[in-house]
Amino acid sequence: MKPPVVDYLCPETVAEAVDLLGEHADGAKVLAGGQSLMPLLNMRFAYPTVLIDINRLEETAAIEPGDEVVVIGATVRQGDADQSRTVHAMVPLLAQALPHIGHFVTRNRGTIGGSVVHADPRGEVPLVMVTLGGRATVVSTSGTRTIEADDLFLSHYTTSIADDELLLDTIWPAPGGLWGYAFREFSQRHGDYALGMVACALRREDGVAKQATVAVGAVAGHPVVLDEVGAALVGEPIDERAAAEAGRLAAAAVDPSSDLHASARYRRHLVGLLTESALLAAWADTEREEA
Amino acid sequence: MIEVSVTVNGRAYEEAVAPRLLLSDFLRHTLGLTGTHVGCEHGVCGSCTVIVDDRSVRSCLMLAAQVDGAEVRTVEGLADGDELHPLQAAFRRNHALQCGFCTPGILMASVDFLERSDSPGRRQIAEMLSGHLCRCTGYEPIVESIHAVALQEGQSP
Ligand code: FES
Ligand code: FES
Repeated sequence: MKPPVVDYLCPETVAEAVDLLGEHADGAKVLAGGQSLMPLLNMRFAYPTVLIDINRLEETAAIEPGDEVVVIGATVRQGDADQSRTVHAMVPLLAQALPHIGHFVTRNRGTIGGSVVHADPRGEVPLVMVTLGGRATVVSTSGTRTIEADDLFLSHYTTSIADDELLLDTIWPAPGGLWGYAFREFSQRHGDYALGMVACALRREDGVAKQATVAVGAVAGHPVVLDEVGAALVGEPIDERAAAEAGRLAAAAVDPSSDLHASARYRRHLVGLLTESALLAAWADTEREEA
Repeated sequence: MIEVSVTVNGRAYEEAVAPRLLLSDFLRHTLGLTGTHVGCEHGVCGSCTVIVDDRSVRSCLMLAAQVDGAEVRTVEGLADGDELHPLQAAFRRNHALQCGFCTPGILMASVDFLERSDSPGRRQIAEMLSGHLCRCTGYEPIVESIHAVALQEGQSP
């Protein structure tokens, strides 16, 4: 339970970090909060030749509100994002999801960027990012590019960020209008990996849903947006009947697998219940906005 | 080897460490501060929790190299001579420890938690404790102790 022999580099600037990453792309791993990478090293699941510690970068440590977006630097701690007024006011769905990540002590260290790059299929941050249509900014020695959340999470623990690219920040939409949001997850104990999780975003206009996104985590290799469920909700007021029907659709639309922790049937059932509950809460949230 | 200069419980140390040395092993083996316990070494049990620059962290998930320039607090730094820290005193009063393996980690997390939360209730305390495994007490006396200190702190201006 000790990390393998490895070199350790600790750049002070993004430019330096990117150069080092370019030089060592093959065997390097970027070390941010370390709440996932360090266990992987301790258990010898990962054997990088060099760790590039980005905890001392100042350029990636801020939360910046912009025009209908919030930009969160890659090394912002989950616990700090959870305490941020900007995040609560402008990206309430993320604020709802953050307390579900790990525990008080791990959130002190774990970063938003780390959750994105680690791409755990049961990760809260990737699910919220996909639900809201967020983006990631990555940089390498050959320049900077932006990746849409839809194109970012490819499969279990796999993103479209290249080995020589460093995640700089994530961009979270904060659109105007009457939006309501809800995040729901179920796990055996608080802080355990979720058996099911659902996020939804609804825009209300004239008493009906004008836009609706329902996305599910922990049922596939990456978060899944259930387009048909969202589409069926548009033009409807979200009452108990509509929410229950959407729950049935959602349960039928996912294809989870069975494992030690729960059967596929149980997980599908969970997706239905979580969807129903999330939709009612998100609809109530739009009413709160109106008040 | 990497040169690390770090302050632990108010005392300055300069040590050369291997890049892969965990902070938990640095504290225990290099500095001889064995109050910090090591249970799982992968971030699950919470027994290795210490405070680095005012934030509680898992010391098994940090490298010693990462605390260069930092201030670290461990359970050895809590009591003032013979006078126990209020949390330690409350744990003792309420029988919140039996074997004591989990205790240092829970104390350090609680110090940070109480410093940064506003009169937390039992529910928030229990949620915080979800990151710490205790095989002996059943948690109730631990919740009780932390809650008692939270109430005390709420009273003093
Ligand atoms: S030893 Fe660090 S969390 Fe268990
Ligand atoms: S007192 Fe024994 S593990 Fe908590």
